[in-house]
Amino acid sequence: MKLTLKVWRQANRTAKGKMETYQIQEVSPNMSFLEMMDMLNQQLMSQGIEPVAFDHDCREGICGMCSMFINGEAHGPDRLVTTCQLHMRKFNDGDTITIEPFRANAFPVIRDLVVDRSAFDRIQHAGGFISVNTSGNTQDANAIPINKTDADHAFDAATCIGCGACVATCKNASAMLFVSAKVSQYALLPQGKVEATERVLNMVKQMDEEGFGNCTNTGACEVECPKGISLENIARMNREYLSASTKG
Amino acid sequence: MATLDSKIPKGPLAEKWTQHKSNINLVSPANKRLIDVIVVGTGLAGASASATLAELGYNVKTFCFQDSPRRAHSIAAQGGINAAKNYQGDGDSTHRLFYDTIKGGDYRSREANVYRLAEVSTNIIDQCVAQGVPFARDYGGLLDNRSFGGVLVSRTFYAKGQTGQQLLLGAYSAMNRQIGRGKIKMYNRHEMMDLVVIDGKARGIIARNLVTGEIERHAAHAVVIASGGYGNVFFLSTNAMGSNVSAAWKIHKKGAYFANPCFTQIHPTCIPVSGEHQSKLTLMSESLRNDGRIWVPKNIEDAKAIREGKLKPTQIAEEDRDYYLERRYPAFGNLVPRDVASRAAKERCDAGFGVNATGEAVYLDFSAAIIRYGKEQAHVKGLDENDATLVKKLGQEVVRSKYGNLFQMYEKIVDQNPYETPMMIYPAVHYTMGGVWVDYNLMTSIPGCYAIGEANFSDHGANRLGASALMQGLADGYFVLPYTIGDYLANDIRTGKINTEHPEFEKAEAGVKAQLEGFINAKGKQPVDYYHRQLGKIMWNQCGMSRNENGLKQAIKDIRALREDFYKNVNVPGGTNEFNEELAKAGRVADFLELGELFAKDALERTESCGGHFREESQTAEGEALRDDKNFTYVAAWEYKGNPSKANLHKEELKYEEIEIKTRSYK
Repeated sequence: MKLTLKVWRQANRTAKGKMETYQIQEVSPNMSFLEMMDMLNQQLMSQGIEPVAFDHDCREGICGMCSMFINGEAHGPDRLVTTCQLHMRKFNDGDTITIEPFRANAFPVIRDLVVDRSAFDRIQHAGGFISVNTSGNTQDANAIPINKTDADHAFDAATCIGCGACVATCKNASAMLFVSAKVSQYALLPQGKVEATERVLNMVKQMDEEGFGNCTNTGACEVECPKGISLENIARMNREYLSASTKG
Repeated sequence: MATLDSKIPKGPLAEKWTQHKSNINLVSPANKRLIDVIVVGTGLAGASASATLAELGYNVKTFCFQDSPRRAHSIAAQGGINAAKNYQGDGDSTHRLFYDTIKGGDYRSREANVYRLAEVSTNIIDQCVAQGVPFARDYGGLLDNRSFGGVLVSRTFYAKGQTGQQLLLGAYSAMNRQIGRGKIKMYNRHEMMDLVVIDGKARGIIARNLVTGEIERHAAHAVVIASGGYGNVFFLSTNAMGSNVSAAWKIHKKGAYFANPCFTQIHPTCIPVSGEHQSKLTLMSESLRNDGRIWVPKNIEDAKAIREGKLKPTQIAEEDRDYYLERRYPAFGNLVPRDVASRAAKERCDAGFGVNATGEAVYLDFSAAIIRYGKEQAHVKGLDENDATLVKKLGQEVVRSKYGNLFQMYEKIVDQNPYETPMMIYPAVHYTMGGVWVDYNLMTSIPGCYAIGEANFSDHGANRLGASALMQGLADGYFVLPYTIGDYLANDIRTGKINTEHPEFEKAEAGVKAQLEGFINAKGKQPVDYYHRQLGKIMWNQCGMSRNENGLKQAIKDIRALREDFYKNVNVPGGTNEFNEELAKAGRVADFLELGELFAKDALERTESCGGHFREESQTAEGEALRDDKNFTYVAAWEYKGNPSKANLHKEELKYEEIEIKTRSYK
């Protein structure tokens, strides 16, 4: 396959960025998108051009490190995959592909396609945990049976990989899907209910301070989420938040 | 030759840990506030250790090269975590888990460490549930279990095929609580570049900020290395792209012995290599072997026709399939340990029965399981068990609920539907049992420097059983290190702050800067990846699933030549004071180029076959691995002497008091 790539280049956080155009040939349809990017970088280096910086690590769709906005979609045109799981067979010979970083005020660009998502970590520091000591003096794991449906829903929420596709996709750059997934996981489990009130208040407060926008129920985040995290989580978080606010 | 002191406590095996805990020194809460600990790595071991040390009151500084601690490669572990809970009432016990682990490791691990691991395993599950880890449950609301290779009980707890993710996010949440409290200072996108040793004790690290390129000095009273394994020395492995040996290798060069580097796990069920562009390999969880059956065609003509695309696997009749694991190992069948399953796959493919274009793949088939589950569901729902279409549909639903994410992953990569046609799999490098040598307290041969999780060597011998890596990572981090480190730090309460202006910090920093500038100034022709790929080829061909004397000697020669060429001809663009991925990679590959040689040297020295280490010179008439207990019941701990080729071998004799050493048989 022959492709034309339009790639966002930006030297650092404060530099002005722009789109650059590169031609690439002999792309195999069995390559992953990131392997195509590796190939592009080898080509650029052989021409004395600095390689394109992009985040990636596990390359099997679970670490959440890879990002990229490909042809206007977070993680590209395929559904329920991250960029590392996107394969070139989803494109056609001769295509032009536009590659941009995840864009949001709360995700400043570090270099080229690499963005700073530490705002997500800070939201978790504010309340994304159950306050239990890790010394091992806890009750037996089977002491509290958990209804299978609740356990399954908690698991579904917990599969969020924290990649930020929801934020990049949302017209308001809202982080509600990400935050609500964590709030839901714990709210559905008996162990997490104890401090549910403080948790939702603290996490939402931090989310607002980081500069993420609000949710206007468009649902684009769910469509682009590589793990299919459901919009129902946002509804659950809103209920939790409302009930916590009246208590608080 | 020097003997190593493993510091195994006296007393009966089952009481060693309890007694040791009650006898070791403690640090008072008031003094813990005066003590700093550095943790490098945020996988299960590093994250759990950071959280627990902070909770105990130490000031913790934690480093990871990723953009968030949650991305560490433990996240990708799929199948599950073992614990001797015996919830299934199928005869499990601490002793049985201990025994299975020693036997699975082919009698090359330390009894006392393994027993402790089995002992604390039950606590891990309690801890994780209390943290809100959503393990799989049955309809009664209790925890569910599955089976893994090399054992005859169901002791594996799981969260679909994402167990590592859920456990890591649990440990990450415990860290977040401490980061929020200010007890952990987290350094994301930072790489450890060297260890600083002052007066013989580990006193800090030199780190590089990967965003700005700045070189930083960080002091502490103890340094904990939790940086994972070195599987990426093979270039192609199931490890993440960034997984590296550098932290472990740097401490080795500063005096920590490196143990059993040749003990590498080649995992039997990975997606086969598709071409030269391949950057990494993807694992298909061992849990799939609970329900999947492994086979190749019985007739070589059929295998040939399949490779040429003239025949489909589904067209091959049941009687024309060779379920070679069930044939060779009737007692364990498809659930033999990983080393055995991998070698058996290689044997069939080498004999010409491989089923993909390259001839390096076997089938993992779910059709029997789909029918079995489908019939069961039809029966439960009172539907027609003889309706083939219905049974298939119901069966596929059950398989989807158990392994859905793995099947989806396979389909995305290979572009084939594994519900309809068998998966193609082949062995790939996955885990390294070898690692930094540690004593019973998990301290390396440098006082004050510890190694935990996959980075150390201690628990898995020559082969690790499935679902035991997660167990070890969390056991070390939550329950072992936080106790044992206190014994050392109790002597450090009067030390006060460590000064980063000390000449040892200056020296280490200067060394780091010189190396980085050396890479930039080489201005050669070949990119870093070229060297990494070349190294991987040497390692896979000569130090892979089977090894022999000539091949290993050749590997040592080739790696040396490649290393020499690397320093002269590598091309690293950009500068040192910026975000520079190629520069970071160059540092990691430089260390792999040294480790690779030690790996081959270790493999050459060990002329027996054991676990994942198969020496062609040492096998039975049936081609099974042949151990040499008389000469090799020891841990090979290598001391750095300026160059991998000059490394000095120290032997820690392994004594088995509780378990009788036997030939490992899964027949």
